[in-house]
Amino acid sequence: MYTMLLCPIQSHGAKVRWVSSQAKKKKSEEHLQRIIDVCKSIEERGLDPFAVDVEDLIEVVRDLFPEWESIDEYSLDSEAVNRLASVIKLQSDWIKHRSSSLYTDPFLIEEKLRKLSRETLARLFLNTWHPIIEMEQISPYSLIEAIKYWQALLPLDERWTKTGTFKTELGSTTRNALIAQRILAEQAFAEELETFWQELKQKAGSKEKILYWDFVGADTYEETSRRAYMTSFLVTYGYATLEIHRLEEETFIVPFSEPRSLVGKKQVISVPVSVSYEEWKQWKNRQHA
Amino acid sequence: MEKPSTRVTRKALYERKLKRATHLLFYKRHRRPGVKGWELRKRLGSDYPKVLALLDAYLEKLDLQIKTAYEEGKPAEKPTLEQLDRARFFVTLRSGLTPRETKLSGWRIDDIAGLAIAVASIIARKGKTSRDEVESLLRDKLPGWRVDINLDRYIKAGYLSQDDNNQLYLDWRTRAEVDEKALVDLLLAVEGDNKEKTQ
Repeated sequence: MYTMLLCPIQSHGAKVRWVSSQAKKKKSEEHLQRIIDVCKSIEERGLDPFAVDVEDLIEVVRDLFPEWESIDEYSLDSEAVNRLASVIKLQSDWIKHRSSSLYTDPFLIEEKLRKLSRETLARLFLNTWHPIIEMEQISPYSLIEAIKYWQALLPLDERWTKTGTFKTELGSTTRNALIAQRILAEQAFAEELETFWQELKQKAGSKEKILYWDFVGADTYEETSRRAYMTSFLVTYGYATLEIHRLEEETFIVPFSEPRSLVGKKQVISVPVSVSYEEWKQWKNRQHA
Repeated sequence: MEKPSTRVTRKALYERKLKRATHLLFYKRHRRPGVKGWELRKRLGSDYPKVLALLDAYLEKLDLQIKTAYEEGKPAEKPTLEQLDRARFFVTLRSGLTPRETKLSGWRIDDIAGLAIAVASIIARKGKTSRDEVESLLRDKLPGWRVDINLDRYIKAGYLSQDDNNQLYLDWRTRAEVDEKALVDLLLAVEGDNKEKTQ
């Protein structure tokens, strides 16, 4: 009886511990984000880089480091270190500038700028201003080109003649005729994409994925290109995704059972896939071998 | 019979190079004036720094000079060939303009004063300051409606540049035309006069 009672208490305790550790982690992440924001504002708004105690912030980042587990957390940590490094660089630049001959107290300069009249300021500036000398001249070559252009130019009344309109008789056409003229597609694009998706799901079968070339490869290069083009839409519109095994240099297409929109939820990246004639030939030879 | 020598003498060679350098430096060939070091090397040969030094000595009599604007700021030591290749060379006035000559630049006296304020305040803030700060200084000297127009004009002319965070920097033309150190020294040395009223 005692044991039976203890178990729920233990599990409740673990849950409480888990919740409190998650809350602590969230706080730590917020802390790190604040450090990043402070460094960013110093960098972007040109604030005094010595306004923050970098040593203290590095200590905080170091203390928080053991808490990180996921890639996102490590990314945040590295961003914080990167931003702190930028602030240290700004501090170094500040010291260099201060020790240079150009350094003067900005408030002193501003005070002078406010006190001096426009005439005095302009006079001072003229003493230190050495404007660039630049000349623009038309060359004999450009003159010859200009004359040629002018001579070939049609008179205004000829240039401004209105383009005549062609009068054509009204007639009727059929859907098949428009398809033959490639004005209309045989299938609506969405419809075609849906059919293509069903084909992908069928070919992927129980493995739930298929090698990229095994799916897009066809008897002719033109058809292969068309299939690669359609596949790119399948992936972009969330009907499927690509699984890339970099070590094996293999790319799989994984169809989804339902279309998913990843835009705004996850960072979407473009994957360039080469479908060249040589690659198609190699694939074809492998199929025949 | 002795055959006339076809070899160009050293003097004639440099005279020819001097003329070519003058054409390159004086006539504007790109959107920005001036010539890059690598362009000069291509047209004049690898001894182009020597040709430029000769031309500079000649231009001194005409109160002109060859100015070098380095990409990453003036090097502390003698510039390397790579730094010279990346630098841009211009012909500028050797001495400054007199107030009477300002009309030649096409700028009004208060435009020049505004430019002096903008440049000096950016130098004082380590080469970078917010547009708001410069605007507040300019408002002391120029009528409010001209502050924005003038700042945009300085940016368009290549004296200043602005980033997405509204920070102002010194741009290529300031580096080529303005003696930054002399400007700060003169500002500190001059005695303040009575503050004028804006128009």
